[in-house]
Amino acid sequence: MTKKKIRIQNAVTYGMVLIFWAVVEIMDRTGNLSSLLKGLLVPLCMYAILAVSLNLTVGILGELSLGHAGFMCLGAFSGAFLTNCLEGAVPSVGVRFFLALLLGALVAGVFGLLIGIPVLRLKGDYLAIVTLAFGEIIKNLINVLYVGYDANGFHFSMKDTTSLGLDKETGVILIKGAQGITGTPRAATFTIGILLLLLTLFIVLNLINSRTGRAVMSIRDNRIAAESVGINVTKYKLMAFSISAALAGMAGVLYAHSLSTLQASSNNFGYNKSILILVFVVLGGLGNMRGSIIAAVLLTALPEMLRGLNDYRMLIYAIVLIVMTIFNSSPKAIELRSVVMDKIRHKKTEKKEAA
Amino acid sequence: MAEREKKPENIPMLEVRNLSISFGGLKAVDGFHISIEKGCLYGLIGPNGAGKTTVFNLLTGVYKPNTGTILLDGANITGKKTIEINQAGIARTFQNIRLFKDMSVLDNVKVGLHNHYRYSTLTGILRLPAYFKVEKEMNERAMELLKVFDLDGESGYKASNLPYGKQRKLEIARALATDPKLLLLDEPAAGMNPNETAELMETIHFVRDHFQMTILLIEHDMKLVSGICEKLTVLNFGQILTQGETSQVLNDRRVITAYLGE
Repeated sequence: MTKKKIRIQNAVTYGMVLIFWAVVEIMDRTGNLSSLLKGLLVPLCMYAILAVSLNLTVGILGELSLGHAGFMCLGAFSGAFLTNCLEGAVPSVGVRFFLALLLGALVAGVFGLLIGIPVLRLKGDYLAIVTLAFGEIIKNLINVLYVGYDANGFHFSMKDTTSLGLDKETGVILIKGAQGITGTPRAATFTIGILLLLLTLFIVLNLINSRTGRAVMSIRDNRIAAESVGINVTKYKLMAFSISAALAGMAGVLYAHSLSTLQASSNNFGYNKSILILVFVVLGGLGNMRGSIIAAVLLTALPEMLRGLNDYRMLIYAIVLIVMTIFNSSPKAIELRSVVMDKIRHKKTEKKEAA
Repeated sequence: MAEREKKPENIPMLEVRNLSISFGGLKAVDGFHISIEKGCLYGLIGPNGAGKTTVFNLLTGVYKPNTGTILLDGANITGKKTIEINQAGIARTFQNIRLFKDMSVLDNVKVGLHNHYRYSTLTGILRLPAYFKVEKEMNERAMELLKVFDLDGESGYKASNLPYGKQRKLEIARALATDPKLLLLDEPAAGMNPNETAELMETIHFVRDHFQMTILLIEHDMKLVSGICEKLTVLNFGQILTQGETSQVLNDRRVITAYLGE
């Protein structure tokens, strides 16, 4: 009974993403898509992936993480790095992009694991603070990182390009500190974004409704009881945290391949971004993946759609945030919603009985 | 199962010797010892703050004892971690109910089955055939357990939406799902009305008979204690006041004094 319900719910979520894709594609083909919206499509997918993956940490594992942009940053840079590195060896952009996605997810996942080991011993506010710091550290480290290669191999530096000591003739600079990585092919398309979003949903939804997912949720609901029935708390916490990080890394690679210049600026990967993703998760509902996607899409598209109302746009954005929060979380609003739903159901049954 | 039968009959299910723990200067449990036969329904009683729950926390590895040994069915489990002790065969319930409240009743029991029905995380994500096979077995086993406690009709409910008495039962069902040798019940009748308590007594009896379970329980309700426990240990200020057959212990002057004062 409940299993069937879950299956239907998941099918609706997948369906919603597919319909969104189809509508956008049709609008694009018929020329009804403004260039503004076109530019938004890949970021929409990216934010949706980030929101779903963060929801795994916040909603399912029940730990507040404010460093999600840090994992995304790691994925973005390792992915873009690989794509540029292999420029000579692998001519196909598609193959390089695919490999970059794998590497980005792997690097972010491994860092998630490494950071999770000390950090997941902390709880609540403390965990939030440490993950926040972690995100900033990653961003700032990449900001001063210089990498290049020549005939002698790779060269690293934390100072500037000259201290890399590259060979004048064969030397190529890959990461140029604050100027970041330039020349990454812009291979990310809306369709690839949607495919990655579907993959993320597939992984997260299937994980939740499995033995592992139940173990993770049991830790969220009551750690002591979970231990008392033999659940390995550390193992499942780390697993959920690093899967969430790996998916964020994948979103980062997607992002890196939608820009010609990738910089580790505060604008791109600062804590504001982490909090923005958290806003999507909280507004969409903790543990509610479909809600995360809807919130991410609405709140990413809204400020852009409102560009015409220049002076009022952030005001309207703020009001929408407040209204959504009240609608989702206020006890009165929830009561009102259930009353309305009951009435609708009542009418349906009445109609059935009348018939 | 086979391993359990191999051992000679005279080994007690639980044997504890000289168990002590201090918090700061306070000796919460001091020189505790107990020996529980297989299939026995054993009661641990004592006034508030006597150290009963601390004994449970020592037995389940929540606290590490300062001194003493704990033998479960002949195996030394002293100082092991909670999850190791659970896998060795001790399951418990809690004084203040600790269910997985946002999960369904069925899923609560399935978490208890976690270590007995296995498939890898990757199998779960990719939905390989093993996933469907094991999940089906898990569902069947969990429903069987829920049926025992008359909870099968509510399997789809959120655990927190169950009435109080049923939450207690679900906690016992979840503990039994881990297939323990020894079941620890921490004040199972707390907050229950007389009708619910009477029903609970039947349930505990039934669990013992149906699963051939050894049960150690903490309880304040004397009606329940005298009704179902075969043996008792009385704790007071962390030390054993007396132990033995229920009827003897309850008529002991020292026990009455400990509860009611001079």
